[in-house]
Amino acid sequence: MMRYNKLLWGLSRINLAMDMAPAASRLQSTVAEPASSGRVSHRERNITKKEESKSFVMNIFRGSAVTEQAIPFPDILTEEQKETLEMLIGPTEKFFRECNDAAKNDSIEAIEEQSMQSLRELGAFGLQVPVEYGGVGLNNTQYTRLVEIVGYNDLGVGITLGAHQSIGFKGIMITGTPEQKAKYLPKVATGEHIAAFALTEPSSGSDAGSIRSRAVLAEDGSHYVLNGSKIWISNGGLAEVFTVFAQSPFTDPKTGVTKDKVTAFIVERAFGGVSHGPPEKKMGIKASNTAEVYFEDTKIPVENVLGGPGNGFKVAMEILNNGRFGMAAAMTGTICYSFKKALDFATSRTQFGQRIDSYGTIQEKLSRMAMLHYVSESMTYMISSNMDAGSKDYHLEAAISKCFASEAAWTVTDEAIQVMGGMGFMKETGLERVLRDLRIFRIFEGTNDILRLFVALTGLQYAGGHLRELQQALKNPAANMGLILGEGTKRAKRAIGFTNNGTIEGIHPKLSDSALLLGRAVEAFGYTAEGLLMKHGKSIIDQQFLLNRLANSCIDLYASLVVLSRASRSLNLNLLSSDHEEKIARVWVNEASDRIQLNLTAVKSSVSQKNFSDLEAIAKELSCHGNIIAERPLGF
Amino acid sequence: MSLKVLVGCKRVIDYAVKIRVRPDKLGVVTDGIKHSMNPFDEIAIEEAVRLKEKNIVKEVIAVSCGPTQAQETIRTALAMGADRGIHVEVPAKEMEKLEPLHVSKILAKLAEKEQAELVIVGKQAIDDDTNATAQMTAGILNWPQATFASKIEKKDDFLEVIREIDGGLETIKVKLPAVVSADLRLNEPRYATLPNIMKAKKKKIEKMKPADLGVDTTPHFEVIEVTDPPAREAGIKVEDVDTLLLKLKEVGRI
Repeated sequence: MMRYNKLLWGLSRINLAMDMAPAASRLQSTVAEPASSGRVSHRERNITKKEESKSFVMNIFRGSAVTEQAIPFPDILTEEQKETLEMLIGPTEKFFRECNDAAKNDSIEAIEEQSMQSLRELGAFGLQVPVEYGGVGLNNTQYTRLVEIVGYNDLGVGITLGAHQSIGFKGIMITGTPEQKAKYLPKVATGEHIAAFALTEPSSGSDAGSIRSRAVLAEDGSHYVLNGSKIWISNGGLAEVFTVFAQSPFTDPKTGVTKDKVTAFIVERAFGGVSHGPPEKKMGIKASNTAEVYFEDTKIPVENVLGGPGNGFKVAMEILNNGRFGMAAAMTGTICYSFKKALDFATSRTQFGQRIDSYGTIQEKLSRMAMLHYVSESMTYMISSNMDAGSKDYHLEAAISKCFASEAAWTVTDEAIQVMGGMGFMKETGLERVLRDLRIFRIFEGTNDILRLFVALTGLQYAGGHLRELQQALKNPAANMGLILGEGTKRAKRAIGFTNNGTIEGIHPKLSDSALLLGRAVEAFGYTAEGLLMKHGKSIIDQQFLLNRLANSCIDLYASLVVLSRASRSLNLNLLSSDHEEKIARVWVNEASDRIQLNLTAVKSSVSQKNFSDLEAIAKELSCHGNIIAERPLGF
Repeated sequence: MSLKVLVGCKRVIDYAVKIRVRPDKLGVVTDGIKHSMNPFDEIAIEEAVRLKEKNIVKEVIAVSCGPTQAQETIRTALAMGADRGIHVEVPAKEMEKLEPLHVSKILAKLAEKEQAELVIVGKQAIDDDTNATAQMTAGILNWPQATFASKIEKKDDFLEVIREIDGGLETIKVKLPAVVSADLRLNEPRYATLPNIMKAKKKKIEKMKPADLGVDTTPHFEVIEVTDPPAREAGIKVEDVDTLLLKLKEVGRI
């Protein structure tokens, strides 16, 4: 599971280098003069199609708050689905309570066999496999609830299960042929066969397009011959079924040109020529098997191509985008665990004559931990519900949820250890393992750094497309008067410092101040994003200092939206916890709004620009020198 | 030999929930409270399913009396391995006043209707703790009873049952048909696996009302008041053992 991520970078490069660059480069002339009459390229048509995105995050890059996927807070499960899910929770919790020992799994660096067997019997290996293939048939929202329990109890088990079903055989689920499904799903659903996802290679991490494994079609056309090696493959030493990505000669039917393209394959260990290295020694999730996997003249029948020849990149992206919410779900469970430890301690520990939860220092920590939990949980369920409702516009949100929840889990667990002091540092307390285990979540399935760039660049590309639409409209003003006037008014208002009334509709009146703050922040964000496009054109791709700050603002904006939506739901339903949630939402949005302002200012201000160029220079000097440059105060 | 077994399973407030008395003091708070299958009934279901797995039993029928949600309890039984369910609908309001005698009459009627040769129930429900249904059911049917079973074995045409009694174990033989009540150590119930829970959704649950079985559920008792157990009073700290002994003598404990 650790190895693949990287596609993202590859993806951004490809999309942006090809699609966005022309879009962005023309932006500068967009408003000033209509472009020379030209053909509408294939690429432009693509961009036009994307313009209907319902994604909130995508649309904030245009300064508009599109909230139909987020408000009201989605409630996707039917009564029957809820009832079923409630029945599933008991057995899942009982497994962790009675059959699994996370500390022991960590120390033996494997999941105990009896525990694996219980997981198989429980049905945990096929949670989303349709019932007709022997799985449990859960939708994403139901899956989320169970993954939370896994994340609460044992992330090592979580990765074993996740590498198996969230990515290992997910490709078969979402792009497999009926024959492939019938052949492979029943055995992976029961856990009789373990699955793995094999993308990352020694020289190919975040840049997944650079993989070197190669599969060549045999002369008789009946099978491919695969050679190559993969590293850091979760379940690599256990798996019987692999989703493998390899370069393969592909002839474009239109041009007739043959070149290597990534193709996805279903590879069985039984095909021969498949071997693996010893389990890797890791910082955390030690119970989960991670190994190198080698393919030597492995013969793959042509019917085992997954998603069509040459489509491997797309398949990989679909799998990863589809599974990303699951990591936020697991992290939400982990946050809950660490928080509970800290809370139990704080409400029983006495120092200086008072329980420590009576001190402001501890109170702030506890409240902030609960806030981070609230945001992570709200994001997770919003995204899983959107996916269950059939949305295709959730990729940026899913990337944000992965970044947010993995960082929140780190902060919360770190703070839980701090609240518990020396006790938190003791292995027996059970937090040090969790801290080690969850660290990987910021790295795999797209490092959080890559995901931030992915969010910022995809959003900018989208905004760029819209600016171009305006440019097109200006060519024929008479026919597009509405569009031009609308945009014109928006811009004119901004120019005189007068925003739309700017609030977010559908938020409970008790939170109207927060809704207004968010609405204004969205507009300010869109203005800044557009300004960046105008200023930098296609070279914005290289402005990572700026892109990261845009991405951080996106995260804060989306987080604010989900908490406002969720707290509004609770207020509308008059839930017992609604007052509590209202407070959480208000504090969150106030503080997020400040951070957004700070980040957006940093993107524009001359002081920040100077800081960024200095930081860039410092790094270059360090890289050149090969060590710390400043002399010790002692001089030696 | 292939028996048909009827197993009673009651929906009760989950054992882990802290019980709160209702403001009107005529019952406890049940709205929004987690419910699950009475643990002793889980043991009863488990035993029936094990007998089926040993090919001693042909069919296991899970019965529950209660409001709509009682079906969740039946689903759990089906997921554990029962073949089909019977839901005897009793609205929540009436359920509070449903007595062991009513349930026994219902079970007896169903046993006759289904031509069951064995009825297994938990020895008592953890909500009202009456410990009477098995005995009354046997009485109504005029069948032998084996209560507080901690081991059941089928031999020829009878059951050999080991019962937990004060001071030891008692082994008895009962002829079939019979009524058995399950004690804590009879078995450790399995947990329903997730795929089995999904499969159980396809199993049949028949619905009926007590009146359909000719059972009158008019209450014989009236609840006058339900109160919390007295709150524990604060203790005191004593300086040394001598004072402790003195204090204990004062309150007449030694």
